[in-house]
Amino acid sequence: MIAELGTTTPDGYLLVLAILLPLVGIILSFILGGRSPERVALYSTPFGFALACAIAFHVGQAGKPIVYTIGGLPPPLGIALRADGISAVMLIAAAVIVTAAAFYARAKFATPHGVRESRSSLTFWIMLQAIWAALTIIFVGGDLFNLYVALELLTFAAVPLVCIDGRPETLAAALRYLLFALFGSISYLLGVALFYGAYGTMDIWLLAQRVQATPVVWTAAALMTVGLLAKTALFPLHLWLPPAHANAPAAASAVLSGLVVKGSFFLTLRLWFYVLPALPTDKIAAVLGWLGSAAIIAGSIIALRQARLKLLIAYSTVAQIGYLFLVFPLATGTQSWGAIGWSAGLMQLLAHAFAKAAMFFSAGLLAEALGHDQIAKLGGAARVLPLTFLTIALGGLSLMGLPPSGGFSAKWLMLQASIASGQWLWTLPILAGSLLAAGYVYRILAPALSDGQISLESAPKRSYEAIALALAMIAIALGFAPQTFFDFLEIGRPWRLGNHD
Amino acid sequence: MSLRPFLDVILAGLVLGVAIFTITARDLFAAVVGYVAYGLLLAFVWIRLYAPDVALTEAAVGSGVTGVLLITAGKRLGALKNPAPEAQPPLTLKLLIGVLAVLVAGALGAAILLLPDPPPSLAPEAAAAADSAGAGLGNPITAVLMSYRSFDTMLEKLVLILAVVGVWSVGADKAWGSAPAELRQPKATAPMVFLAQMLAPVGVLIGIHIFWTGANAPGGAFQGGALLAAMWMVIMMAQLAKLPRIDAQWLRVALVSGPAVFLIFGLAGEVTAGSFFAYPHSLAKPIILFIEAFMVLSITAALPMLVAGPPSERPDR
Amino acid sequence: MTPLMLAGLVGASLVGLGLYGLILHPHPLRKLLAFNLIGNGVFLVFGIVARRGAAAGFRFDPVPQAMIITGIVVAFAASALAVAIILRLSAESGRVTLDPEAWTKPNGGDAT
Repeated sequence: MIAELGTTTPDGYLLVLAILLPLVGIILSFILGGRSPERVALYSTPFGFALACAIAFHVGQAGKPIVYTIGGLPPPLGIALRADGISAVMLIAAAVIVTAAAFYARAKFATPHGVRESRSSLTFWIMLQAIWAALTIIFVGGDLFNLYVALELLTFAAVPLVCIDGRPETLAAALRYLLFALFGSISYLLGVALFYGAYGTMDIWLLAQRVQATPVVWTAAALMTVGLLAKTALFPLHLWLPPAHANAPAAASAVLSGLVVKGSFFLTLRLWFYVLPALPTDKIAAVLGWLGSAAIIAGSIIALRQARLKLLIAYSTVAQIGYLFLVFPLATGTQSWGAIGWSAGLMQLLAHAFAKAAMFFSAGLLAEALGHDQIAKLGGAARVLPLTFLTIALGGLSLMGLPPSGGFSAKWLMLQASIASGQWLWTLPILAGSLLAAGYVYRILAPALSDGQISLESAPKRSYEAIALALAMIAIALGFAPQTFFDFLEIGRPWRLGNHD
Repeated sequence: MSLRPFLDVILAGLVLGVAIFTITARDLFAAVVGYVAYGLLLAFVWIRLYAPDVALTEAAVGSGVTGVLLITAGKRLGALKNPAPEAQPPLTLKLLIGVLAVLVAGALGAAILLLPDPPPSLAPEAAAAADSAGAGLGNPITAVLMSYRSFDTMLEKLVLILAVVGVWSVGADKAWGSAPAELRQPKATAPMVFLAQMLAPVGVLIGIHIFWTGANAPGGAFQGGALLAAMWMVIMMAQLAKLPRIDAQWLRVALVSGPAVFLIFGLAGEVTAGSFFAYPHSLAKPIILFIEAFMVLSITAALPMLVAGPPSERPDR
Repeated sequence: MTPLMLAGLVGASLVGLGLYGLILHPHPLRKLLAFNLIGNGVFLVFGIVARRGAAAGFRFDPVPQAMIITGIVVAFAASALAVAIILRLSAESGRVTLDPEAWTKPNGGDAT
């Protein structure tokens, strides 16, 4: 059944409100200046979270996507917004992580006393809201060019966060990130141009009904995919990520690793599962799966060899992103194991977002408390920072894929899907990745749990440790997700479109 | 009799030639100057492609303002005391990437040639909507930008603001709040002052005219705003006006007025016209022009600020 | 050769040239110039699509042309941000290189 996705549904206005809330926040922050950006950002977080929950509720109730045609003008001439199961879930995840980052960042990015307005404060709060706005559009956008503008918004917001402290190495990392991201966007845009040239529309739903397997479509899809892979830092286009995420301040790294790279991945899903399901995509899915496997192995091995905690966590992101791309071979097609693969990919997205954010927060707290983030000098640190290391342990549990945790659910579902689909080869990187992840988590925890004398430069505040711990516990709680959660993720997924069997 | 194909081939050859020069030039500054020249040639290509609005935007923004930006950067970088000797990549890598580039270009060229015939187009839909959603605007591109796809345009204005904040954020902490420095000249030379005094008033009038006629003829807010921005830059470079402090309230309001007004009308549309970003039918054209006026203000403020760079504590460079 | 085929040739070549420059040039400002060349090539593809879409009394399809205008402004903003970072990097350290290892001290970076 192809749902009618071209006309506004009664609750569609929620989508516009969800996008406009952080945008209004940016404008207010900019005009009011001074200490207002922090307040605007913090006060808007509960509303954003409420909107995300409302959208999820309506999607669940209707059992199909909610739609809004902007200006009342339907595609192809106008722009449509659509929220389906995965949109709603990602909106909630983004709201939670952004809220957590906002509260965590108050320590470092509140305007200092006696100063009317500070550079890092204004920048951080505006960029955080911009990231939130851009991600919202990415999760509910239905028009490929609109999504391009959202990708640019995301890049312009993320890059200044990388170099917000002004050190030369962060400036170089930010510059490299910017150039990779710009290459990614322009490659994506070129693909959009070809799609428009071939079918006269950029609306995802309309394109899905019109595409056929022609050379133009394959070229356009390849261009868009390469661009999105560069932005998602999939091996071998991952070089920009570790220095950028490791050298950014902890609150920024959490959002960058947890959410920003997931935005371009989400669009890759939209492209292959929503625009192009009518095409024979098996070979491309296999290529993406191989690249993902390479990312898992390479990223984990390099993570094992890192001396700095934040670099280790950043390379772990490179590895965990590889798992995401196993969705492609495991969820393509119309058989029942496709739904398992789909659930697995989304669960990995969510579990990694929360676990990684928690780990970066912990790394930040640890670095401030100890004055450094050298793994070799962590001896006995768990005794003086128990809550922080508990968070790292729980986050590590999810990254390793040990039960109970969201990470375990994700990897278990992936194993199930590979075996059920006869593609048992994928079990090898999944299991190897878990072993290697156990290796690098052990590297952090073993010295910390050992006997060693270590002194704190300053004790971290309990509330910040609690924020990090809360995110880690969400990652664990995802492991208990009921079947209704996985059914919710299936809402709106087109898996029988066009001339498939 | 057709001279045109020859002229077309010559134009294409020139564009490619200057582009190749830009990539292969040894000197950084020469490459930048080549790029600016290439941008002007591109404006001619746009005219040949029946895209006068794009030609205006390319000449004003793509080549004009970008040119000022890149030349300023090129001069500053060229003046580095010890520029690190650029490590030339090994020949095998050059060949490999060259092959990759040729493959990509070839695939793209083939895809362009294989685009379907008859070509799909939204021109009929745009023509049909011209009187309803299109607010009776005579310039269909303005209708697309300000009505059919106004959401994109509003987002793009915000992207501009975000870029301004990003540029400001790379300044030093202690310089925050003061004025930027990149457009400051060591001293105002007499020819520059003369140029500013003669050119600026004319340029401002032309810019406003281009914005106003954009409703029914080639032109519009971006093109007009870019010209006004250029005039403001000329005035600042001639030191007839000082670069503003970045914490100046008027500057902040000017920068954000475009997207703010857009958002206000966009939100109001839900009540007055039944949908966000819709316009009430009878008032559509005046509302669009009103929003565009503030967009011009935003663009006039944003483009020079993007070129002027982050705030700087030194009184002069 | 029709003007559109010629424009297609130019557009595809610009993308190839820009890609070559973006990957190979070590200096970030040259990479930025190369990126702008790619951008122009992409806009030319939109322009060709627009011209092909001449119909209903219009000489062109207005939607792709509007997208080019949006794209030009966004590309300029991107260039401005890149230039600001490049100039700041050169002011802070006297050199402009993309290799973040160039500043890493052997004991690793500092806290946070």
